[in-house]
Amino acid sequence: MANPTPRVRVPKSAKKGEMIEIKTLISHEMESGQRKDSAGKTIPRQIINKFVAEFNGKQVFAADWHPAISANPYQSFFYKASESGEFKFSWKDDNGQTYTSTAKLDVA
Amino acid sequence: MDMNRNLSRRAALASGALAALAAALAPRFALADEKMVADEIAKLYAGKKMDAGKIKLDVPQIAENGLVVPVSVDVESPMTDADFVKAVHIWADGNPQPGIASFYFSPDCGKASAATRMRLAQTQNIVCVAEMSNGALFTAKAEVKVTIGGCGG
Repeated sequence: MANPTPRVRVPKSAKKGEMIEIKTLISHEMESGQRKDSAGKTIPRQIINKFVAEFNGKQVFAADWHPAISANPYQSFFYKASESGEFKFSWKDDNGQTYTSTAKLDVA
Repeated sequence: MDMNRNLSRRAALASGALAALAAALAPRFALADEKMVADEIAKLYAGKKMDAGKIKLDVPQIAENGLVVPVSVDVESPMTDADFVKAVHIWADGNPQPGIASFYFSPDCGKASAATRMRLAQTQNIVCVAEMSNGALFTAKAEVKVTIGGCGG
């Protein structure tokens, strides 16, 4: 599998108190553990099981994902802009790896 | 040529093929049901009272492709430090496993709204439970009709 690539859409700037929508997507097979290969053997489960969004080090939003989440998992949520800073997004893979991405937000 | 023999041979072949097909498909049909969803809810919130309302569970009525079905929840809440939505859990009663996703909000979210995309193996009900910061629980349910299942294959 190709290395999972996160893609995140965060506005560059926001007014204080403004509600902004954060959209995230990461390329990943999200192998459910239900499929079989051509030899009839079950393909072992390998999914991203957790997504966490932090702003300036404080958790804003998190999600647990089960095998029923589609390949290339999408997640959107909201953030109420209060101060300038940086988002950090992380995705935890069943294989122990964590993929991360960051995005800056200017709050006027 | 002996018609009967020929037919029975064909029938035997066909039934063999059917059996093989059934064996191949069997795991796919070991699906969750309403009870499994109820058990999952009980694991988290056994014996607690749940009310309808507050949750807007947005799923398509008909999903042509069960592999990618959008799901979003929007829970009514002021989202202040004193009163916010802590978590929303989503289950489905017709997939191999009942779990879909759990969302964990904070007051910094501003509103308790989130969306993702899920796989649905067949037509089934989506059930969600929202847990408020004061412990109150709300629930909502919606059916999605699936034209092409999104499991295995």
